[in-house]
Amino acid sequence: MNNPLRRRAFLAGASALGVGALAACTGNSDEPPAATVTQGAADTPGKKVTIGFAGPQADHGWLNAITVNAKAEAGRHPDVELVVAEGSNDAATQSAQVDALINRKVDVLVVLPADGKQLTPAGRKAMDAGIPVINLDRIFDSPQSYRTWVGGDNYRMGVNAGNYIGQKLGGKGTVLELAGIDTLELTRQRTQGFDDALGNFPGIRKVGRAAAEFTVPTGQARMAELLQAHPKFDAVWNHDDDQGVGALQAVKQAGRTDFLMVGGAGSKAAMEQIKADSSVLKATVLYPPTMAASAVKLARLLGQAKGLGDLAEQEIPASVTLFSAVVTKENVDKYLPGSFE
Amino acid sequence: MTEQAAEQAPARAVSERRRISEIRNLGLVGVLVLLVVIGALTEPGQFLSTGTLVLLLTQASVIGVITVGMTFVIIGGGIDLSVGAVVALATVWATTKATQSFGIGGIVFCAVAVGVGAGLVTGLLIAYGRLVAFIATLAMLASARGLAIQLSQGRTQTVSTKNQALVDLGYQDSYVLGIPPLVLIFAAVAVLGWIVLNRTTFGRRTYAIGGNLEAARLAGINVRLHTCLLYVLSGLCCGIASVMLIILTSSGTSGNGNLYELDAIAAVIIGGTLLSGGRGTLVGSVLGVLVFTTISVLFTLNNLPTAVQQLAKGVLIVLAVLIQRRYSTERNSR
Repeated sequence: MNNPLRRRAFLAGASALGVGALAACTGNSDEPPAATVTQGAADTPGKKVTIGFAGPQADHGWLNAITVNAKAEAGRHPDVELVVAEGSNDAATQSAQVDALINRKVDVLVVLPADGKQLTPAGRKAMDAGIPVINLDRIFDSPQSYRTWVGGDNYRMGVNAGNYIGQKLGGKGTVLELAGIDTLELTRQRTQGFDDALGNFPGIRKVGRAAAEFTVPTGQARMAELLQAHPKFDAVWNHDDDQGVGALQAVKQAGRTDFLMVGGAGSKAAMEQIKADSSVLKATVLYPPTMAASAVKLARLLGQAKGLGDLAEQEIPASVTLFSAVVTKENVDKYLPGSFE
Repeated sequence: MTEQAAEQAPARAVSERRRISEIRNLGLVGVLVLLVVIGALTEPGQFLSTGTLVLLLTQASVIGVITVGMTFVIIGGGIDLSVGAVVALATVWATTKATQSFGIGGIVFCAVAVGVGAGLVTGLLIAYGRLVAFIATLAMLASARGLAIQLSQGRTQTVSTKNQALVDLGYQDSYVLGIPPLVLIFAAVAVLGWIVLNRTTFGRRTYAIGGNLEAARLAGINVRLHTCLLYVLSGLCCGIASVMLIILTSSGTSGNGNLYELDAIAAVIIGGTLLSGGRGTLVGSVLGVLVFTTISVLFTLNNLPTAVQQLAKGVLIVLAVLIQRRYSTERNSR
């Protein structure tokens, strides 16, 4: 006869062991990447500035890099105190956070809204309270809601990807597009830019497009389907390097090497593959998360009533649109430090 | 004795039930054939090839394994909304630097253990904590996804070169007689699941509990323990699916498994399983998964936008269920 008690004790011991082993597995020892940002002329310490920062939940590599970059840049200036609100994807929660930062009387606000339209009143409220707002990337509906907008250029991202592919193919061939989430405005802009650029090359035809929803498994699934649908094509542009991890796996699983792939956003993994030149991925078009560091820099200058050193203007510009550079094997070393995981 | 009697009593009802579910499955096979015909007509060159078949089965494998667990839970009268979030947590936990330092064995153990552990927690909450399954698994959905984001810090964790052999299982060199290992795992889980559901006491008790919980309890079945085990089983399936997803994508992220719960539940339901429990088949669920995957492949092959694809999926769900119901009522009235 089995002793049920002993069996139970064994089970309990085994599960305790299992839990212990799992607990040992939670660590992620590496420090998050901190982008190295070029130093401007106005970097000499000045008046103490308190900057409030509100962003969305960091559930995507790029969004996480935004917060990391903002904190790293603030840490570089002894005259800056950064107050970071807990990230949220809910417009109401984020509005409340902006209110709290206004009540705290921060000198400047940096806001990356979960939704630009919905946070427009919150931005206006801060401006009315005399707190200049730096609107990061997802733009508010009204220029009255921000002092300065800093963000990427989705349209030009598509244009640069299209032109790069067109030149690489010598103006001839067939092209695929692996887009992000079709309901987002940014996806429409990227696709529009890509199509417009491909229009410069009459010999190039876009033969397939799928939306991969910005996640790794969907990137793998849609790319695998595209590969099966198109036994022969010359190039593919993937809007997002995070979903690109899955897309590149699909390429390897299909054993295909007969085309050129261009990524988007500029993740560390993508840049390392471009540098190693070991896969079909030959380039990626930037959508730099270092914009958060630039926003903190601008917020500091605004708080100290300084201008941008290299411009003739007395004031900080009202809008700064970042350039979506094409990162290739030749220039990857320059951009690798600013990439995100 | 009483227990055995209770399990043998509905034998006639079982054969009747089986006939109805066979008809339902036939309806699904019909939908599948229809999809293949559409594929053959619209993209004759690409659709009718072994490549498409391999692609189809590979894409179906991860969600298919989850659906096997989900079928057990739903037949047993429950629901598991946490599967997608548990997959996210398991893939993230299994791909942290610390786990990866234990090698491939560490990754596989960790993914399966996290799945089983999460299933055990929800199972205990539902069976012994008397929480409604919908609420308990909803709570697990939220907290598992949250923990996954916390652990990964929003990063995409890729499998290190040291553990590359695991990812190599997804490549063509690893195919066994032209069949990807992922498809073999799916097939093994489905066959094992079928045997457990149809040929063991555990399976019969699952039907009994889902059909009439009070009767099952009075017949002497340990209802609480059995209910708990159903969620552990679903967690185990999530753990296995997580390993498969890591092989497929070479990475773990908190965005993994997004809306898998809905995909799995939809496949189970169009497979003819009653959402209220007590009735259903594993074959139907597997067919349901295949139908959804075929639609997805078909649409990308024909270069149709996602919006149209979602619309068509919804219409096809309704159509499939309507056709099945029509056939089964016709047969019943005869």
